[in-house]
Amino acid sequence: MNKLVNLVNVFALLSLLAVGGGTAVLPQMKHDVVVTHRWLGAEQFTDIYSLGQLSPGPNMNMVTVIGYHVSGIAGAILVLLAFYLPSCTLVFAVGKFWDHFEGSPWRDSVQRGMAPITIGLMASGVYAIGRTATINLDHSMRFNATTVAVTLIVTAILLKRHINPALLILAGGAVGWFALRMV
Amino acid sequence: MNDAPTKAPNVSLAKLFGVFLYIGATSFGGGVIAYLQEHLVSRQNWLDDDHFLAALEIGQTVPGLISTNVSVIVGNRLRGVAGSIAAVAGMTLPGAIVVFILGLLYARFKSNPEVAAVLSGVGAAAVGLILAVTLQFGWREISKWQDWVILIPAFVLVGISHISLVPVLVVLAPIAIQLNRPDRKELAAYHAQQAAYHAQLAEHHGEVAARHGAADAGAGTPS
Repeated sequence: MNKLVNLVNVFALLSLLAVGGGTAVLPQMKHDVVVTHRWLGAEQFTDIYSLGQLSPGPNMNMVTVIGYHVSGIAGAILVLLAFYLPSCTLVFAVGKFWDHFEGSPWRDSVQRGMAPITIGLMASGVYAIGRTATINLDHSMRFNATTVAVTLIVTAILLKRHINPALLILAGGAVGWFALRMV
Repeated sequence: MNDAPTKAPNVSLAKLFGVFLYIGATSFGGGVIAYLQEHLVSRQNWLDDDHFLAALEIGQTVPGLISTNVSVIVGNRLRGVAGSIAAVAGMTLPGAIVVFILGLLYARFKSNPEVAAVLSGVGAAAVGLILAVTLQFGWREISKWQDWVILIPAFVLVGISHISLVPVLVVLAPIAIQLNRPDRKELAAYHAQQAAYHAQLAEHHGEVAARHGAADAGAGTPS
């Protein structure tokens, strides 16, 4: 019971803190889940994040797996609700009076001001996952060389070309299967 | 002020849910926004580009996932509260069920070295994906040195020092907005425009009241 309450508290707060999308709350989510509550190890957290990339729709649906891991089916459902309901309610309310500020120079200021915060938080999201998924000193040098190469090549391709990222995610899995089994 | 928003088309809740369910089930690899725009604007013609971009603007500014936020706004525009709920449920359920099943398989097979190897490759590629998205967003939005004064502390405090997001946002957001505050000319122009609008409104109300007053007086005379 206590665990369920904790789960709801953690994910409902993250829901309202996801400034500019899910990546922004990855560092805090990882910290809450791995360090504060010790529900998962860092590697498991990253694996579950990877599972999320293999499934369709919003890329944070994987929170349900964390909920299941901590408290079974009830945890899975409650975490999903806790993570979506608060922000959806908020955007519903804001949508009602958004037009009211049409043309206000302050609306523009808020958007321009929040952009660098969002980017800083997204960068820390990349760092939070990359610290385990791309650079992981528990593994061999060869393993790290491969994961670093996969990350950088995927980044470079996406910056240069319009290609469905899902294909690159699958390609990354294939490279992993070929190159990372033995190392 | 109000350029008479075009009326939202008549869409049944079942159809609304069905279309969002389809988007939720087929949008792989992030970039859900592009799928939303393709289906809602181009294929279903439920809203035009301007309305979609307006929904996107709100979705990006308010906390939460951009894709679910946009679903809430569009669902509400088409079918009110029930529409919002149907849209978000359709958007999230397929992926949640798929990832849930993957999670069960993961719990069972995570010690299998082949599974671990595939997931390591997927994880590394996923970092590449969010890194590319971050860089693209950064290139588009970061234009002046003041932006770095906000970006770097946000990264260091949250990413490296693991300080909770609440105090970080409470401190950084007002500073960031203040650094981007509108200049005096912009504000003055806006206030003048608002004043003119309200004066016009007051004048209009005055006319209406006068007309009503005359009518009331007219109606009052026989008694």
